[in-house]
Amino acid sequence: MSSFKTNRGSKLPAISTASLPDIVFILLFFFMTVVTINDQQVMVQNTLPNATEAERLTKKDNNIEVFIGTPKGAQVALLGKAPRIQLGKTFVAMDQVASSALEELYSMPEHLRNSAVVSIKADTSIKMGIILDLKEQLRSVNLLKINYTTVQGDVFQNIE
Amino acid sequence: MSRFRQLPEVNAGSMADIAFLLLIFFLVTAAIPTDEGLLRISPPEENRSKVEIRDRNLFEVNLNPSGELMVEQEILKFSELREAAVSFIDNGGISAGNLGHCAYCSGSGDPQLSENPQKAIIALQVSRETGYSKYVTVQNELQAAYNELRNNASTRLYGISFQAMKTEYSNSNATPERKQDLQQKIKKIQEMYPQKLLEISTTNF
Repeated sequence: MSSFKTNRGSKLPAISTASLPDIVFILLFFFMTVVTINDQQVMVQNTLPNATEAERLTKKDNNIEVFIGTPKGAQVALLGKAPRIQLGKTFVAMDQVASSALEELYSMPEHLRNSAVVSIKADTSIKMGIILDLKEQLRSVNLLKINYTTVQGDVFQNIE
Repeated sequence: MSRFRQLPEVNAGSMADIAFLLLIFFLVTAAIPTDEGLLRISPPEENRSKVEIRDRNLFEVNLNPSGELMVEQEILKFSELREAAVSFIDNGGISAGNLGHCAYCSGSGDPQLSENPQKAIIALQVSRETGYSKYVTVQNELQAAYNELRNNASTRLYGISFQAMKTEYSNSNATPERKQDLQQKIKKIQEMYPQKLLEISTTNF
C-alpha cells in the first residue's frame, strides 16, 4: 500500500512550451499561403448581394474588378452621394470605363486576355441604370464575360 | 571550478508571442479570396439579326422600377419564379412522334409553354430604376431553374449531379481520361438544357 503514496506532495513537472512556437509558425505559414494581401482599397460602399447559385471563379488573375457604389466615409463631402465606378485604384467616369477596362486588359499576360472576365462588384443599394450603361460600355470593347460577384446567402433577403 | 559548465537554456517562451504577433499581422492585412458570382455572357455588339420566336417559346420576365416582378403578364412572387421557369423550360409541348418532341422532358405539355428546352428562351427586362439586388435575385432564381433541370437530367443519366461533375472537372487531380469523359457528359447535359437568357435593353420612357 505504501507504494501508492510515494508521489504525494511532489509537484508535477512543468509542461514544456518549447514546441508552442512551432505550432504557431505552422498556423502562420498556413495563413500566408492561403491568403492574398489586399493590395487595393475599395473606395466605395460595397455590400454584395446574396446568391445561392453562384459559381466560384477559378482564377483571379484573369479578372477585371469593377466596384460600384456610393463613396465611403469622408469622401462623401468631396464627391457627393451619387454612385461611382471604381476601376483599379481610381474612380472612372462612365464614358471612360471602356478605355480603362482595355488598359486593365492589356496589363494582363497575353494568354489570359481571351478568357478575361469582368467582375462587377456592385453595392446592393444601387439601381440597374448604371449597370446597364456599364455593360453597354464593356460590350463596345468586346468584353462580354460578366460576373456579378455575390456572397453565399439567402436570395430573398435581397428583396427586402 | 569547472570551465565546462552546462550553458543555461535560452528561454523560448517568448518565441510563441513573436509568432503570434506575426500571425495576427497577417490575419489583419490579408483576406481569403472569396470570389464567386453569377457568370453571364452579353451578346456581341454587331448582332442585329432578326429571328422569329414563337410567343409560347418566350418566357417574359419583367422587373419594374419599384421592384415588382411580372412573369408572362402576371404578377408573381419572387419565390415562385424558379418553379415557373422550370415548368416553362421542361414543358415538352410537342407530342410524341412529331418533330421537335422532347423525350426527356417531364413537364405537363401545356400548349402555352415552350415546345422544347432548345427553343425555350427566357427574356429578362429590367428598368433603369430597378434595384441591383432584385436583379441579382431574379438572375439567381433563373440560374437555379437551369441548374435544377441539369442536375436532374445528370443524376438520371449518369448518377452524378451536374454540379458535382463540374467541380470534379475543374479539379486538377482528375486523370485526363476521366476529364475527357466528364467534358463530354457536361456538354451533353448542356445541350439538353441550353441556357438561353436574353436581356432586353429597355427603351426610355
